[in-house]
Amino acid sequence: MAKVPVQFTLNGSEKAEFVDSGTTLLHALRDKIGDTSPKGGCHQGTCGACSVIIDGELRLSCLTVAETCSGADIRTTSGLAEAGVLHPLQRAFLDAFATQCGFCTPGMIMAAKVLLDHTPNPSREDVIEALSGNICRCTGYEPIIEAVLTTARANSQNAA
Amino acid sequence: MALALQTFSAVRDANAALKAPGTRYLGGGTLVVRAANEGDVSVTGLVRSTDPTLSGITVAGGKVRIGASVTMAAIARHPELAALSKAARAVGGPAIRNMATVGGNLFAPAPYGDFAVVLLALDATVGTDDGELPIEDFLARRDGSRAIVTSVAFALPRAENFRFLKVSRVKPKGVSVLSIAAVLEQAGDGTVSSARIALGCMADRPMRARAAEKALIGSRLDQDGVAAALAAAGEGTSPITDPIASAWYRAEVLPVHLGRLLLT
Ligand SMILES: Cc1cc2nc3c(=O)[nH]c(=O)nc-3n(C[C@H](O)[C@H](O)[C@H](O)COP(=O)(O)OP(=O)(O)OC[C@H]3O[C@@H](n4cnc5c(N)ncnc54)[C@H](O)[C@@H]3O)c2cc1C
Ligand code: FES
Ligand code: FES
Repeated sequence: MAKVPVQFTLNGSEKAEFVDSGTTLLHALRDKIGDTSPKGGCHQGTCGACSVIIDGELRLSCLTVAETCSGADIRTTSGLAEAGVLHPLQRAFLDAFATQCGFCTPGMIMAAKVLLDHTPNPSREDVIEALSGNICRCTGYEPIIEAVLTTARANSQNAA
Repeated sequence: MALALQTFSAVRDANAALKAPGTRYLGGGTLVVRAANEGDVSVTGLVRSTDPTLSGITVAGGKVRIGASVTMAAIARHPELAALSKAARAVGGPAIRNMATVGGNLFAPAPYGDFAVVLLALDATVGTDDGELPIEDFLARRDGSRAIVTSVAFALPRAENFRFLKVSRVKPKGVSVLSIAAVLEQAGDGTVSSARIALGCMADRPMRARAAEKALIGSRLDQDGVAAALAAAGEGTSPITDPIASAWYRAEVLPVHLGRLLLT
């Protein structure tokens, strides 16, 4: 299998790797680069555990061919904490018990992050819609929805 | 299994590469990469083109042209395509919509292909490097098609003439039990003067509800006026059976949902 170079920015740092042509971004991130925050659940586009943000948009890394990301800006949950301080979404997920086994959590947080980036004051329906591609086996979703709404409320209080 | 990907800027060069056996075009990858992840070994290579015309949307003089690589999310947020945004939003969850292309949707087997149902109701043409084809001819021949679809084109419907309904069990993003798109025009006296109705999941690919269309012409959009169309809705259909719904169930609920679409 031909090796091809892939170069992109991952959480603000330049990354360059040689991967097998046609390799998925999920595989490149986890097995080549060592960012294991995106999870491989279904590899079918249905669970959302592998969600990452590419050039500001939510994407499924299991269905994205790594080479198509050349030059892209990629964000994963592992890049959210700054100087050891958790991102407000991460904090809210912990505080609201929105994380049980944690397998869905990085994908949920990525989906919630793009929502809040574009819609700082989402309605409950906006949150449900934004998370609709992400499956959680554990929490029953309510704590997750609450964590996202809590983060939004805190953000708007800080902004006021 | 990884599939070697070849990228070309010109569609012409990508078309030539696609002639090689075992190669498939890569749109958003939501079906083709999924199949590879599942172990489908019939595909050994992927081809794509980065030609910028594949990603453009133009709306001029009531005519719309959408490049094949345009995503459902881009259609949904385009201000001049507001009439179609509900239908584009009906495809998958947010991440899927950011990846799923209009070109790929034309090839998606039932229960997918919700936007292709819309394009069929809109009487779209499907463009390739070799020219344009009416969407019905395209859909009939799509399995043997080896040419890259470059665009779809149609007349923008007036919002009040266009109706779309997707019926799913898991809200908001479950796949279709069925989907229906209709373009209806009414004469001054309120009777239907023209009707195009397209159905999803009522066959392996989007199909027209011709008997229902015919029955609507000259009728009013009220309970009595639509009765004949609802009675005829299932004519010529052979619904799919999948984990979401059986063929029997789909056939049973089609007139109910078509009625709701026509009467609202
Ligand atoms: C979890 C999930 C949920 C989904 N939900 C829905 C849904 O609700 N509604 C729905 O309609 N679909 C749904 N889909 C199916 C799919 O995402 C869409 O149909 C999408 O529009 C397919 O486009 P794509 O660009 O991703 O296709 P790809 O996977 O890239 O391609 C699909 C097929 O079309 C061919 N192809 C693609 N583009 C071209 C082109 N320009 N020229 C020639 N051939 C081409 C490919 O070679 C391949 O054979 C879902 C998929 C997943 C994984
Ligand atoms: S692993 Fe990508 S959606 Fe499930
Ligand atoms: S916390 Fe276990 S899958 Fe969501």
